[in-house]
Amino acid sequence: MVKVYVPRDSTALSLGADRTAKAIAAEAAKRGIEIELIRNGSRGLFWLEPLVEVATAKGRVAYGPVQPKDVPSLFDAGFLTGGVHKLNLGLTENLEWLKKQQRLTFARVGIIDPVLLEDYIAYDGYKGLKNALKLTGAEIVKSVTDSGLRGRGGAAFPTGIKWKTVLDTSGEQKYIVCNADEGDSGTYSDRMIMEDDPFVLIEGMTIAGIAVGATQGYIYLRSEYPHALKTLNEAITKAEKAGYLGEKICGSQYSFKLEVRRAAGAYICGEETALLESLEGKRGLVRFKPPLPAIEGLFGKPTVVNNVISFATIPIILDKGAAFYANYGMGRSRGTLPIQLAGNIKHGGLVELAFGATLRELLYDFGGGSATGRPIRAVQVGGPLGAYLPESQFDTPLDYEEFSKIWAVLGHGGIVAFDDTVDMAKMARYAFEFCAIESCGKCTPCRIGSTRGVEVIDRIIAGKDHSKNIQLVRDLSDTMFNGSLCALGGMTPYPVLSAINHFPEDFGLENKVVTA
Amino acid sequence: MLRTFVTTALSTQELTKIETHIASHKQMPGALLPLLHAIQDDIGYVPEESYLHISKALALSVAEVHGVVTFYHHFRRHPAGKHILQICRAESCQSMGSEKLEAQVKKSLGIDYHQTTTDGAITLEPVYCLGNCACSPAVMLDEEVYGHMDADKVAELVAEARTA
Repeated sequence: MVKVYVPRDSTALSLGADRTAKAIAAEAAKRGIEIELIRNGSRGLFWLEPLVEVATAKGRVAYGPVQPKDVPSLFDAGFLTGGVHKLNLGLTENLEWLKKQQRLTFARVGIIDPVLLEDYIAYDGYKGLKNALKLTGAEIVKSVTDSGLRGRGGAAFPTGIKWKTVLDTSGEQKYIVCNADEGDSGTYSDRMIMEDDPFVLIEGMTIAGIAVGATQGYIYLRSEYPHALKTLNEAITKAEKAGYLGEKICGSQYSFKLEVRRAAGAYICGEETALLESLEGKRGLVRFKPPLPAIEGLFGKPTVVNNVISFATIPIILDKGAAFYANYGMGRSRGTLPIQLAGNIKHGGLVELAFGATLRELLYDFGGGSATGRPIRAVQVGGPLGAYLPESQFDTPLDYEEFSKIWAVLGHGGIVAFDDTVDMAKMARYAFEFCAIESCGKCTPCRIGSTRGVEVIDRIIAGKDHSKNIQLVRDLSDTMFNGSLCALGGMTPYPVLSAINHFPEDFGLENKVVTA
Repeated sequence: MLRTFVTTALSTQELTKIETHIASHKQMPGALLPLLHAIQDDIGYVPEESYLHISKALALSVAEVHGVVTFYHHFRRHPAGKHILQICRAESCQSMGSEKLEAQVKKSLGIDYHQTTTDGAITLEPVYCLGNCACSPAVMLDEEVYGHMDADKVAELVAEARTA
């Protein structure tokens, strides 16, 4: 029976993948052809979604974007054997966009049926866990440390060091918490892992549990991701049944239970201590640090809190070794980063590359320039708290330290492009507005500063006491940067000041001032 | 103004549902959010009349329950329309014209954010990222995301939802 793949990823669904799948099934039935319809994850070439693939003797052949109206002509063209059609893109594995990537964390994404455990195992799944079960906790932690993996949620803190702290802290109960509250605009790599390869996250968290001696894990999932919720729960049930979760994992002495908890639409709960408060059933107020969550985390117990991508990268490190992973990358940024191209971009999607590629390569070689065909004027990297970069900085390599040098952040690897119609004063205003909406209210610089910031930008836009208000917004940003309790208030100055510094003309300023 | 949280506005049926959810959640560590989700998923919102019941079962004060419900954007204290339409306001969608889309949708529905159409069909809410940023602008209708949206496409979705 011919295998036909139609993605079930949210973005593919948002472009009509369900209707396409139904049309293919109906057309096959009408013609009396038996097909096996598989709902795989997305390959991440979102401008080609719904991207339909057919398994042929030569490999999987891609067609896209396929709308229901194209289906009869695809059958006429013999697409079930890879026939010629205007939507035929050739063998999927030969697509330049994919060939140029280094997919480690995303190795299986788009290839397998996300909730089929057999598929996961057939494509190297649970090899990392098998290796981990032969090691001591300290050896696992050392492997993670040696891989050079740094927290992919945005803060880039070395994962191995965090794990070591939890390992070395005694406690009857320890927890593994996955931060799946991916709220940054321009990011969707967490969502893709959870929807398109959920077992890799489950495996990564299980390894973490074994490493530090934690028996309970929670995935704190944003409420805006209903499909991820269903997929994760289905995968967890299957992993439990197969003995990969629960008591005595794979017949070992270790136990690890996992539960998904839904967030409730508060951006601040992506901050790890606010997240822990929320998991405990409280308002998502940021905690003072110390104590670190690794020492006093969830319910006051030692807790590993990592992002989805960090956990999802653990299995390949334990499978292929720390050196294999550390061999990718540049400087102190080791391994690969799943980059998400978003916004006003022609070819948006998931690009996993070793650290070191430049923004320009991503925006033009992969992204194909803007969607509107106009010049790209600004890009925001790293979510709503990331700096806006002008064209003159597009040659910066994607590397944590290189970005720090230009007063920018890589964050969670989201890149949002804007064409030359963007009004940067409006974007600066929005940065303050967003901070005001999402502030937890615990510290004054963030709670009050964000609202005052909106007002000051409004006065600048209106041209009132112009130079005085520009100075005021700089002073305010300085207070927020240095005085806020967490990154929400502390990093809102990044988009604001970068907009003023790099695009002064939008603020009625003539001379470019490159100071931060 | 003094507010009383204990009223009898809830139907017996709703009260039974709430009590059932409380019973099945109260042993859970950090039960409050899962419980509030269960209540809202079931009856469409978290009635203030439920606070006292929740607070007793979870050994919290009514103020703490109120604080949590009102902290999170997701929880509603009043019934919503039959369908929830969320428009993404975040940067990626802005770069593809979501501001214009917001204005057009508000105008065609005749409502602003956090309001419900007079026929009770649609409640409009802002949302900050749906994780569909390669296909901006994006909206979410109930639990489905839609990409590459414009005012006409949203109008079609709304019309479909109204007749469904």
